[in-house]
Amino acid sequence: MIKINDLGFSYGDTPVLKNITMTLEEGRIYGLLGENGVGKTTLLTLLCGLKKPMAGSIVTDGRNPFDREPSLLSEQYYLSDDNAPVHMKAIEYARNYGKFWERFDIQKFIDLMGLFETDPEQMMNKMSAGQLKKTYIGFALACNTRYLFMDEPTNGLDIPSKAQFRKAMALYTREDSVVLISTHQVRDLENVIDPIIILDKRNVLLNASIEEISEKLYFDYGSEIKEGALYSELTPGGCIQVFPNSTGKESKVNIEALFNTAHQHKGLIKGMFNN
Amino acid sequence: MEFNSNKAIYLQICDSICERILSGSLAPDARIPSVREYGAEIGVNPNTVMRSYEKLTGEGIIYNRRGIGYFISPDAGKIVLEAQKKEFLESEWPLIVKKIDLLGISLEELLK
Repeated sequence: MIKINDLGFSYGDTPVLKNITMTLEEGRIYGLLGENGVGKTTLLTLLCGLKKPMAGSIVTDGRNPFDREPSLLSEQYYLSDDNAPVHMKAIEYARNYGKFWERFDIQKFIDLMGLFETDPEQMMNKMSAGQLKKTYIGFALACNTRYLFMDEPTNGLDIPSKAQFRKAMALYTREDSVVLISTHQVRDLENVIDPIIILDKRNVLLNASIEEISEKLYFDYGSEIKEGALYSELTPGGCIQVFPNSTGKESKVNIEALFNTAHQHKGLIKGMFNN
Repeated sequence: MEFNSNKAIYLQICDSICERILSGSLAPDARIPSVREYGAEIGVNPNTVMRSYEKLTGEGIIYNRRGIGYFISPDAGKIVLEAQKKEFLESEWPLIVKKIDLLGISLEELLK
């Protein structure tokens, strides 16, 4: 479990994260959403101990990630959005660097490369951006860590690779791990990420499971504009409208509409979800 | 799997399994994929599939054999049929009646 309490961070005079309090639990694949510049990547790097909190604390399994204890480092992996095209075959990279993670599973890496249709014998500096990304995603999942942080993992993936990524996340994440994915590509991951975290400038607007969201908000996909919508958006087939859920009927959560609703009604959404 | 309806995803997964029970492609005592396998097949979070399986288990449509997996109940067909009849009569039929009214279709036209 990760407990983030009143976390704050700034770059010089520019604060990016402020008053961040939330708990991340095992067995979940969290989706971390937020506009450009709200500090998603900063949060991920703080969580994995690359940066030191300037205020508040992060406690991962009772430990402070910035202490960088080897026992915790081998339990976490941070997949950056920017991956190094090293002069090595993918399989060699996996064999050499996998050693740093206690439960690294080379067979799992090979299986993932198979699923991603990427040749593990290929030199990483000769790969396309998408192949390189998939190699690192495969490596990240093969590390079998309890804590996995991924920054925009579907960026640069082609259409079939996105489906492969969803499949990989369903098959190869551990049941007792905390996975946190920061993303703007919510359509790629709509049915994968749950719970959803929405970061605002220096605040957590929402941290709730899809179940909880569909209990409290109703997403209407009709053609009629109705009164009292918190948010509405026209689509080619009609419109998406978001209402407070008054009937208890569970609708499909549209994450883009959720995001926009949360941004237009910050106070209301925060109050509704109690965080 | 393309999710188009307005229903929550876990309910759409339930519907899809129920449809396969009615069509006979899932027979009584047939094993259904594990939550992970099924999640991978349709690109959905395994926890969502778990919610579907829990709901279907609660309704007696599937059953769990610990450590082995989930199976279709012997009376699944009957239960699904009953539930869908009820659903049709309570929520779909009134909409059809409303549309018939709206379009002013006569009984003769309907029976043609």
